[in-house]
Amino acid sequence: MSILFQYILDAISVGSLYALAALGIGLIFGIMRLINFAHGEFIMVGGYSLLMLSSLWSPFMIIGSCFIVIILAIFAEKFAFKPIRTADPATMLVTSVALSFFIQNLFVMIVGARPKGINIFPRLMKHVSFAEYRIPGLHIVTIAVTCILLIILAFFLKRTNFGIQMRAAAEDFETARYLGVRANLVISVSFALSGLLAAIVAILSVAQTGTLSPRMGVQLVIIAFISTIIGGMGSLSGAVLGGFFVGILIVTLQVVLPEEIRAFWKAFVFGIIILVLLMRPQGLFRIGAKEERV
Amino acid sequence: MSFRNFRSGTLYFFWPAISLSVILILISIIGILCSVTMQRFISDAFIKVIIVVGLYIFIGNSGIISFGHASFMTIAAYMSAWLTMPVAFKKLILPLLWPFFLNLQMNHYIGLIIAAIIASIFAFVVGIPLMRLSGLAASIATFALLSIVYTIYGNWDSKTYGQGTLVGLDIYVNLSLTLLIAIGAIIFAFIYQESRWGVALRASREDEVAAKACGISIVSQRIIAFVLSAFIVSIGGVLRGHFLGTLWINDYYLDLTFLSIAMLVVGGIHSLAGAVLGPLIISSLLELLRLLEVGMTFGSFSFRAPSGLRETGVAFVMLLILIFRPSGIMGGNEISWPFKSRS
Repeated sequence: MSILFQYILDAISVGSLYALAALGIGLIFGIMRLINFAHGEFIMVGGYSLLMLSSLWSPFMIIGSCFIVIILAIFAEKFAFKPIRTADPATMLVTSVALSFFIQNLFVMIVGARPKGINIFPRLMKHVSFAEYRIPGLHIVTIAVTCILLIILAFFLKRTNFGIQMRAAAEDFETARYLGVRANLVISVSFALSGLLAAIVAILSVAQTGTLSPRMGVQLVIIAFISTIIGGMGSLSGAVLGGFFVGILIVTLQVVLPEEIRAFWKAFVFGIIILVLLMRPQGLFRIGAKEERV
Repeated sequence: MSFRNFRSGTLYFFWPAISLSVILILISIIGILCSVTMQRFISDAFIKVIIVVGLYIFIGNSGIISFGHASFMTIAAYMSAWLTMPVAFKKLILPLLWPFFLNLQMNHYIGLIIAAIIASIFAFVVGIPLMRLSGLAASIATFALLSIVYTIYGNWDSKTYGQGTLVGLDIYVNLSLTLLIAIGAIIFAFIYQESRWGVALRASREDEVAAKACGISIVSQRIIAFVLSAFIVSIGGVLRGHFLGTLWINDYYLDLTFLSIAMLVVGGIHSLAGAVLGPLIISSLLELLRLLEVGMTFGSFSFRAPSGLRETGVAFVMLLILIFRPSGIMGGNEISWPFKSRS
């Protein structure tokens, strides 16, 4: 019983990290039809900025690193993505891959390719006793932070004027522009939001793994990318649910698979993803097909 | 197979493919006049041309970005290693290989063809379900395919040496072989793109619904292109292994996938000329930056760029090209007949 509870907690905590990363990608994808591979590098830069600011008082460190990533995201949009806004999806995808390679290797040049150890928030690594269970504090923080962020974001998107404009732009960008939604502003704000999400994912994942490397964002962004597509393209709640789905799937497979084939768990994850795509190409949580009308 | 535009003479019709072949021949002549190092560099670039031309057959004509083609290269490259490595050596390094392969040593070229055919059959089998998907869902599914093949080959210690490097492949790849195969791949891709299959697939790329209404079976056209492109790409994958003499699974994963797609997009995704010029340009750029990284000496002044410059520089140039020419260097155009049109 206790072990089962541990696994469930593990799965939810891993899932919430992926959900936040997927949301960062889903926000941009909904509005621009751009899969932003450089999101992984936003996360990586967030991690290194924590190291850079680690001498500060921790709230300042967190705010500072969020600020740096937001600025980076806005700059990336202005210089790399704005000129190709009308290009076909393939070109946008490759541009974001090129940007991601560029930032990654710039960091290899500056700080070297070797992973660095970093221990922020040592207090979070302690276990919390709860009835007969011992729960890693970090799990609780991860889940709590995710819940709070999702609630704030939902409020922002549903209740504020600006959030409604963003959702309109995600639904149908052209029509929203005709109705007076300011395209540049909406895109800038969504990049800023996605940068903020990247910074928070960076803090949580660095606290979890305790290492930094220029390639740390790659795995996360691939899983987030898959979650966005599986959850339902262009739907924000779909991206979140997709992130949880993939996180829970990964933890479950690592536990359930017998010892001798456990090394192959990734093959099973991706096999299931192919099956899901074949059964529901429009995404797991998307209601109604969104094929363009002719 | 009937061709469109086959009116005004064979030379005129085949000019886009012939001109590209002539460019490759000129480059090889330069290489032969220069040095052995230069010839090795050019062979490597031609292998990239083969891979990217193969990718173009599917990506360029169908408009679907495939991340999965490196898995065909993996399958073909290891198959070729199993088929052609010397028996004694195989028994030493991979003693747990199936007995059938263990006692077999094939001619290189036959091994190359068989490996490519097996990879194409695999592409056909996985293509049947995957090609029903469109757009990004198809891209993700091909990515999942890549990860599955990578995970299996990367952990299959008894057959592939797992995460280690498999050594002892015969190094039979040289400049003339890569030149011949690259020209063959270009002509193959050109004939496909001018055939009714190619035209039908491009029609489905431009407008899925209209193509369906014209009676085109999109799924089967995509499968045809997927298998043909897997065949060419896996030949490139086999050559890659026998060029270096070693196989390392991580050489056939994300970096290869993204670099080859980037080469195609930089050249221009919608034309064969782009698929040939893109890899040539990016390879030259990579080589130039590598020379900077190794270091240079001007008289008494020596200069050495920091490591990591190569990748950073290439990514930066790629970004610039994409920002200023989003449809690639060739912009979807073929090299056209340079003289006054006969018609």
